[in-house]
Amino acid sequence: MKLLRKARAGTLESGDVFITAEPADRLEISLESPVKEQYGEVILQTVHEILREFDITSGRIDLTDRGALNCTLEARLTTVLRRASQEEKT
Amino acid sequence: MRRSLLFIPGNRPNMIQNSEVLPADAIIFDLEDSVPAGEKDAARDLVARALRFLDFGPRERMVRINDLGSVEAKADLRAMVAAGVQTILLPKVGGAGTVKEADSLLSRAEREEGRQEGSTGLVALLETALGIEHALDAALASPRMTGLALGGEDLSADLGCPRTREGWEIFYSRSRLVMAAKATGIDALDTPFTDVHDAEGCEQEARFVKDLGFTGKLCISPSHLKAIHRAFTPSREEILYAREVAEAMEEGQRSGQGAVSLRGRMIDLPVLRQAQRILALAGAAGLLRDEEADHEPGR
Repeated sequence: MKLLRKARAGTLESGDVFITAEPADRLEISLESPVKEQYGEVILQTVHEILREFDITSGRIDLTDRGALNCTLEARLTTVLRRASQEEKT
Repeated sequence: MRRSLLFIPGNRPNMIQNSEVLPADAIIFDLEDSVPAGEKDAARDLVARALRFLDFGPRERMVRINDLGSVEAKADLRAMVAAGVQTILLPKVGGAGTVKEADSLLSRAEREEGRQEGSTGLVALLETALGIEHALDAALASPRMTGLALGGEDLSADLGCPRTREGWEIFYSRSRLVMAAKATGIDALDTPFTDVHDAEGCEQEARFVKDLGFTGKLCISPSHLKAIHRAFTPSREEILYAREVAEAMEEGQRSGQGAVSLRGRMIDLPVLRQAQRILALAGAAGLLRDEEADHEPGR
């Protein structure tokens, strides 16, 4: 699967994560999280797992975490990657 | 047991997460009215992951999907079956056709997702005049049907009536729904009480509809759960009387009597059936053990 356009999913509310995904030449991931020191690696591991599920090897993914559970993170990633890989509706 | 069925918006992760500890009998994750049109896909993804990975304990896991006429409904059903939903709350049911269509889509999804065919239950939300008039047909349309629920707000709009606190505008609809549910042996579930700051009003309404024959109530606020449970759970006095009735009837049957006298009143089989219903409810609510313990000598 390939990212075709910029898309977003999630919110900045507590317990959620706001994610944007857009096409890029290589894979770039940025993470902002209040628990980055403790859980940053686990969060990034989940990001890579979902990217592998979608077979995405390039693109820019920006995550602003507000204390999301892992299942919320997975859901928001699934949504944003599917949205970004669909042609823009006209 | 479905005394309280609490709606949780499907696009709110913090509310979904908190519902793990709320004392509702059933949680209804909503993909329909509480989710904006542009967020339907996100809510579906969120609820599906929550169903797979969160632990809701003994609470029944229900999902209100989008109405079958929408583009979202088929994807909702497929994703929720894959995630292991127990019961689908089907909105805007106009009669048997809607239920049969949902039944068929569920069967296909269950086969494709490796779930046991027929394992997903259905509750029909009746919220139009047409739906109310076809309540019995809807209840009979599928063996998956476990309840009929009333959507009072949409119904009032369909009837062109203001929705009042007294509820006379939906009195006939409530009665009609109860008849159809009782005739088919499934749950009768009342519309939510919409004033989230008035738990007392919610309890009054819950007691009123319980006396009409409803078995539970939809709910939009956790602050209403205790009030609903108080209304739909038998009181200590009711449990004690039900026990007396059961014992008196048992004694009467042993001595060949169909009707016996208790507290100065004649009681017979219909009274026994009421007593058995109350004891079954009390048992499901875990009250019989407490009540027995209270009667142990020395307590």
